[in-house]
Amino acid sequence: MTLHTPPNDVLTLYGETFNSRLMLGTSRYPSPHVLLEAVRVSAPAMLTASLRRQTGSGGEVSQSFWSLLGQANVPMLPNTAGCHSLQEAITTAEMAREVFETDWIKLELIGDDYTLQPDTVNLPAAASALIKAGFKVLPYTTDDLVLCQRLVDVGCQAVMPWAAPIGTGKGPINPYALRTLRERLDVPMIIDAGLGLPSHACQVMEWGYDAVLLNTAVALAQDPVVMARAFANAVLAGRAAFLSGAMQSQDNAQPSTPVLGTPFWHHT
Amino acid sequence: MTETTIQVRINHVPHTLATGATLADAVACAAITPPFAAAVNLQFVPRGNYAAYVLVNNDRVELVAPITGG
Repeated sequence: MTLHTPPNDVLTLYGETFNSRLMLGTSRYPSPHVLLEAVRVSAPAMLTASLRRQTGSGGEVSQSFWSLLGQANVPMLPNTAGCHSLQEAITTAEMAREVFETDWIKLELIGDDYTLQPDTVNLPAAASALIKAGFKVLPYTTDDLVLCQRLVDVGCQAVMPWAAPIGTGKGPINPYALRTLRERLDVPMIIDAGLGLPSHACQVMEWGYDAVLLNTAVALAQDPVVMARAFANAVLAGRAAFLSGAMQSQDNAQPSTPVLGTPFWHHT
Repeated sequence: MTETTIQVRINHVPHTLATGATLADAVACAAITPPFAAAVNLQFVPRGNYAAYVLVNNDRVELVAPITGG
């Protein structure tokens, strides 16, 4: 079975359009070949990557990864993972722009090493500085409504709230906050981090989120390639469900089969 | 008396370079393979400026390359 995006239903970020609403991380796969296959079957809009010091044999690893990215031929979304200060984030973004030759940046400003929770106090200032420097900023953030609004206020044309802390696979831990956020903000929003199952991705897409970004849920599956395809289909299903307009849930049962003419009808 | 060498850290490893050494010299010393990017003392230095960027004692050079990420 193959699902298809509804006609003309493209994801638009900073004026650029993407045919996929799935973004995929490139880390923790069992092999480069598996990563490449996962990318092939899921056809993501973007691939995330990072920068690290190159030392010793790390050069070969980096070269191999660089070659793989060329084969994947998917737009890159470099991140600022591991940055704890505004200056670290800005410098990392500038280095990423030169290496990856793109203005896109996934802004990660970590405030707590244990939970990898974003530094919510300094995130808007970092986003503002990067936008002024010409970056297309996709900020990794919590599901806090006011914080996301501030990110939009400083010029972010999309925000990326977490479903749960990075790598936990717990799925949306605060549905109320995420649904409220979706209702209140009118910019593209991408759920980034914390998804573990395709049903999680489908759920947030049904709520009206515009895309999902995930890594660990695919990379650490026993069969990452099959899981990548499952996530791609889940995203399409959730998006289609959102666009189709779901029925309202209700407390009382209502028969779906017509009652009129029921044989052996009994009166109680 | 003028010092003839400077001490710098390249990716956190101590190196001794000649006074007047540039970032291009540090890159050569590190034998790093492209693609990569550089920063000195937490400030990005564009590729085209390596040869003109003169390092001074205790500078901290970071040379980074692409790696997997989420």
